[in-house]
Amino acid sequence: MREAPLPAAEAPRRGRTLRQQEARAGLALLSPTLIVVLAVVVLPILWTILIAFQRLRLRDLRRSGIFGAELTLRNFETVLTSSGFLDALKVTLIYSVVGTALSIGLGLVAALVVRKPFRGRTLVRASMLLPYVAPVVAVTFVWEVMLHPELGIVNALGADLLGWKDRIPFLDQRTGTLSLFGWDLGVPTALIVLLLYQAWRYFPFSFLFILARLQALPADLDEAARVDGATPLQRFRYITLPQLQGVIALLAVLRFIWTFNEFDDVYLLTEGGAGTEVVAVRVFRYLTGRGDVGAAAALSLVLAAVLAVLLLLYFRFFVGRTREAETL
Amino acid sequence: MSRIELDTEVAGRTPGAAAAPRGRAERRLSREIVETRILGVLKWVTIALFVVATIFPFYYMLVLSVRSIEDLALDPGALWPPRGVSLDAFGEVLGSTDDGGQGFLTFLRNSGIIAVGTVVATLLVSILGAYAISRLEFFGRRQVHFLFLAVYLFPAILLAIPLFVLFTRIGLRGSLFGLTIVYISQTVPVTIHMLRNYFVTVPESLEEAAALDGATRLQTIRKVALPLAKPAIMATSLFVFMIAWNEFLFALLFLVEDRGRWTVSLGLSQLAGSIEVAKTVLMAGSVILTVPIIVVFFATERLLVEGLTSGAEKG
Repeated sequence: MREAPLPAAEAPRRGRTLRQQEARAGLALLSPTLIVVLAVVVLPILWTILIAFQRLRLRDLRRSGIFGAELTLRNFETVLTSSGFLDALKVTLIYSVVGTALSIGLGLVAALVVRKPFRGRTLVRASMLLPYVAPVVAVTFVWEVMLHPELGIVNALGADLLGWKDRIPFLDQRTGTLSLFGWDLGVPTALIVLLLYQAWRYFPFSFLFILARLQALPADLDEAARVDGATPLQRFRYITLPQLQGVIALLAVLRFIWTFNEFDDVYLLTEGGAGTEVVAVRVFRYLTGRGDVGAAAALSLVLAAVLAVLLLLYFRFFVGRTREAETL
Repeated sequence: MSRIELDTEVAGRTPGAAAAPRGRAERRLSREIVETRILGVLKWVTIALFVVATIFPFYYMLVLSVRSIEDLALDPGALWPPRGVSLDAFGEVLGSTDDGGQGFLTFLRNSGIIAVGTVVATLLVSILGAYAISRLEFFGRRQVHFLFLAVYLFPAILLAIPLFVLFTRIGLRGSLFGLTIVYISQTVPVTIHMLRNYFVTVPESLEEAAALDGATRLQTIRKVALPLAKPAIMATSLFVFMIAWNEFLFALLFLVEDRGRWTVSLGLSQLAGSIEVAKTVLMAGSVILTVPIIVVFFATERLLVEGLTSGAEKG
């Protein structure tokens, strides 16, 4: 154990060859990773850019060459001017913003209530992670059956306990009417269900990271505030929350990116029907439904570009401003 | 005289001045008590709501898998199997298509092959990579993370398009092997992250001792670093297993044409849309799909949570 500091101190003296050796070994050990990531991630991404400018259909896949086809902007024209593109973009934005906010909000509440040890806490914590770790196909299927108009438990309980007259096809209804105090409100049923599902499935991710941060917070600040007479809510607002700002901001970025790009959950729950078509599902439709590989590639690039612009704006204005505030 | 007056004035004021803060303190104290009591109750209500909301769908899945479809149609609101438990659905979902079943046994085999293959290959690749990043100084060491960002920043569907084209061309589409390669690329970055976090906590001096004794770099990794990192490797393997087992989009794009190659996830999603297969039978399929994940998860929950969130405590 004693030798630990020695090699580091000796390194400059032993000269270049050792460092070169180390560099070579490092790259050699990392090369399998690099090859896989380059071949299956980086090059395909670059290739998507090329495909987006080519007229490529599913049925000519085996014949056409990689660089053979002439380059054209028609794919972008097709996807940007198609009916439903703007709606899909709008739904994607609503889905990402509200979904992110809901899942982080729930995660924060969940982390706060299990912050202090109690009997059975491990079990409670594990159960709260279940929605996130369970297979997406299984959980979407269960939700589908639960919300089924005839077989589902939600409609059955709604009819028995709340006296619903009509069964609600939660996942197929674009707009439902909600009667509140004599007012009839039009609500986007399927989209709301999708958002609730999103909150349910992804709050565990925020919960996990907020809880880890909460448990690492020094207790003395909170204690000092208590001695000074701050009530629990005040301590949360002025002591705990500011210290969680960093992890919440990080979660907001991550969840936003992932929700924005999300395909599985939406496709499995509604197949993008009933006013829930997000851009990723639309890309899939271009690819498999119409067999238009070029248009699918173009639309997926548009999706990535919109995300990049939004992230840039976020870092530019939001992060920039908080940093200014800190220096002031 | 005036002095005394002043003194009495001061003295006279003192009790009042002391009373005011005490009154505020009492009010604050009562607010403290009220808030603590209300929050104390709310806390347990919230915990109960969360537990019910997270566990109920899984309980419902289990209950439906042991009910018949006729029974469900008659009484969709029942919270437990009202007419007894029947395991027929599991027989039907697992049986081969020749016997009138749904062939989930084949799907299980496919999912198993892909998941285990992904775990083995990903670990081989990422142990070497994580070791290099945590131990060795070389050009590009710090830039590697940007490369990994690409995996998670771009939508999976964007990546799926060229891979779909490529694998169709070279004849890998429709093979379990092709899908495994995609899964390796999707899991390597996060496993390297998890393993690296662990390797940096293992004292380097042990490895240096081995190196002084004449062990080669690979021997050092195998004989010294790996045994020490066993728990981390265990957690990482199971994490990769879960990702590969649960994956849907790439399986859908690559394997959908040949029913004999379907994974459990793909099989369930394809059959869920058909009217011929009863929902209760597919619930049995969901249970079969979910149980391995829940077993793996409960076995490694603590390791997994630590591996994923290490570094997050610093904020």
